[in-house]
Amino acid sequence: MSTQFEIQGLKSSIEGKEILKGIDLKIKGGEVHAIMGPNGTGKSTLASALMGHPKYEVTDGSVTLNGEDVLEMAVDERARAGLFLAMQYPSEITGVTNADFLRSAINARRGEGNEISLIKFVRQMEGKMKELEMNPEFMHRYLNEGFSGGEKKRNEILQMMLLEPKLVILDEIDSGLDIDALRIVAEGVNAMRSEDRGFLIITHYQRLLNYITPDFVHVMMQGRIVKSGGPELAQRLEAEGYDWVKEELGIVDETVGQA
Amino acid sequence: MAKQMPDMEEYKYGFRDEHKAIFQSGKGLTEEIVRTISEMKGEPEWMLKFRLKSLEQFRKMEMPKWGGNMDDLDFEEIQYYVKPSEKQGKTWEEVPEEIKATFDKLGIPEAEQKFLAGVSAQYESEVVYHSMQEELTKQGVIFSDTDSAIREYPEIFKEYFGTVIPPTDNKFAALNSAVWSGGSFIYVPKGVQCTVPLQAYFRINSENMGQFERTLIIADEGSSVHYVEGCTAPVYSTNSLHSAVVEIIVKKDARVRYTTIQNWAPNIYNLVTKRAVAEENATMEWVDGNIGSKLTMKYPAVVLKGRGAKGMVLSIAVAGKGQHQDAGAKMIHLAPDTSSTIVSKSISKHGGKVTYRGLASFGRNAEGAKANIKCDTLILDDQSTSDTIPYNEIMNDNITLEHEATVSKVSEDQLFYLMSRGLSDAEATQMIVMGFIEPFTKELPMEYAVEMNRLIKFEMEGSIG
Repeated sequence: MSTQFEIQGLKSSIEGKEILKGIDLKIKGGEVHAIMGPNGTGKSTLASALMGHPKYEVTDGSVTLNGEDVLEMAVDERARAGLFLAMQYPSEITGVTNADFLRSAINARRGEGNEISLIKFVRQMEGKMKELEMNPEFMHRYLNEGFSGGEKKRNEILQMMLLEPKLVILDEIDSGLDIDALRIVAEGVNAMRSEDRGFLIITHYQRLLNYITPDFVHVMMQGRIVKSGGPELAQRLEAEGYDWVKEELGIVDETVGQA
Repeated sequence: MAKQMPDMEEYKYGFRDEHKAIFQSGKGLTEEIVRTISEMKGEPEWMLKFRLKSLEQFRKMEMPKWGGNMDDLDFEEIQYYVKPSEKQGKTWEEVPEEIKATFDKLGIPEAEQKFLAGVSAQYESEVVYHSMQEELTKQGVIFSDTDSAIREYPEIFKEYFGTVIPPTDNKFAALNSAVWSGGSFIYVPKGVQCTVPLQAYFRINSENMGQFERTLIIADEGSSVHYVEGCTAPVYSTNSLHSAVVEIIVKKDARVRYTTIQNWAPNIYNLVTKRAVAEENATMEWVDGNIGSKLTMKYPAVVLKGRGAKGMVLSIAVAGKGQHQDAGAKMIHLAPDTSSTIVSKSISKHGGKVTYRGLASFGRNAEGAKANIKCDTLILDDQSTSDTIPYNEIMNDNITLEHEATVSKVSEDQLFYLMSRGLSDAEATQMIVMGFIEPFTKELPMEYAVEMNRLIKFEMEGSIG
């Protein structure tokens, strides 16, 4: 069955302050959706709330993945159900090697008695690291510790490739990447595009979308999706900025007042 | 990980064997008991005198006014000597199933399981023990229990016994000196390198884990040895006091590593004195893991006596509900160019309390000495606490002392990150804790590292939420 991911009327608050004010979005397997928008409009909150970060309280709405209620699930259950969030600021975990962590994550999905063999795992990890042009030593480095910004992002994509999720959320995966790294990361994402996998790409800039062509582009302001279109929308935003959108919709301050 | 994990809220790994003791001293401490102990062991006169003097000393000395709370410790309620049956007639088949199951859960090697269960004369462990003994004997290494050593190697024993930690050192050292029983004795001759770690649990048929054990290790010039003691299975004792003394002499250019992991039942006061003397260019390393107990007060020490001597203490302490780990290390630099490293990792959870208490001392002659101290604490919940109490004594201007202390909590973001990849709350917490103590576990012999990781997993069960 092709993936169906559906967000309806999603509202979310942080410390009592409402950030998301009703998000509606449908993503089917094979589709790439991009969410664009200026800073402080709630884009990253959407990513975190979908994955279930404890700081963000969902106050209304529903989220389903293939008919299953995502909001009812704990963070790890969401992951095992097929949700994946490539984070803007991945945590560093000292003393835990990248390989040990990834193998545990893969095995958490596969379940007891069905663990991946060490050799098979190593072969897979090495293969994907090669695709991402990562130094093999990163296998045995502590998770994200001492990684540069770009290395962390590549490591997020590596995890995505190995975990093979159904619905991928990329939260500003392009921030802090130089042009080569951007190309490599984008190639990694493109290699993962398939009929049974949906993507939600959150970004400030059009430049990532030069490498990953979205099917749908959404503009987020004031905690809502205010405008949707095709790839041409991203190009117009790149050329003209966001002012015309604001004008069109009569928005003065596009943020949700977090600043 | 859907493995059935035991609930660690209650202490379920504790176990006891039916005692088949042939002599029990009764409760309380009297001169008569001390005399009886000495007599039953057939000790020489000097040891009896040493014990009696120590008893006097114990009575004179006051309880320490620092450290943990010892209000509930009643010396009159303690049984000071139990002589185990001479022939431990037990067989593996007689060991209760639930104990075997506990061992299995902890993944303890069978040879060790049998030792722990008090099973003697088991074929496999006998074989291992004997082949090891043969090899050691060929090299002139002595590895025996302390009780036998005093009879079999009286000269060398007398020369060193009590020289590193005299009975006057502290009240609990005095107590141990009066009533000690069991422990290990090791002598490594000049230039001999023991390539295989000497492990206490192979030394079957002896009182290894007594309450007042006394260990003495002498590494002669240019020799090296790694002694491994204890294991991650809990040590059950009906008595509430464990007070050991460990003395180590590391001669010129010699090297000793002493690794111990102890997991005590939550009723135990674990008050241990461990000290080594390192001579010129000698290296002494303590690798020390403390889990459980009601109160542990333990500060492995190295007296860096000769030029260029090196000392290391690498320790972890885990304190759970109602537990206090007051642990640390002491480095006493008495000679030039000596160096020391202390790495202390503490974890508190469920309202447990961890205190790092350490001493870095530099004498007048410690020209060019260096000490590096790093204490890290991981606190798992809001009820648990930690404290760092470093003492420094500096009598020489030309020394280097670095001290770094961190206290951290398992952060929401770290947990979220790991869980967002599919690990459960418990697995994620375990992973963070395991990463935290990794500098310790990586120094353990393989089989102990595996056990240690398992134990930490069990300990962390129920720490969530």
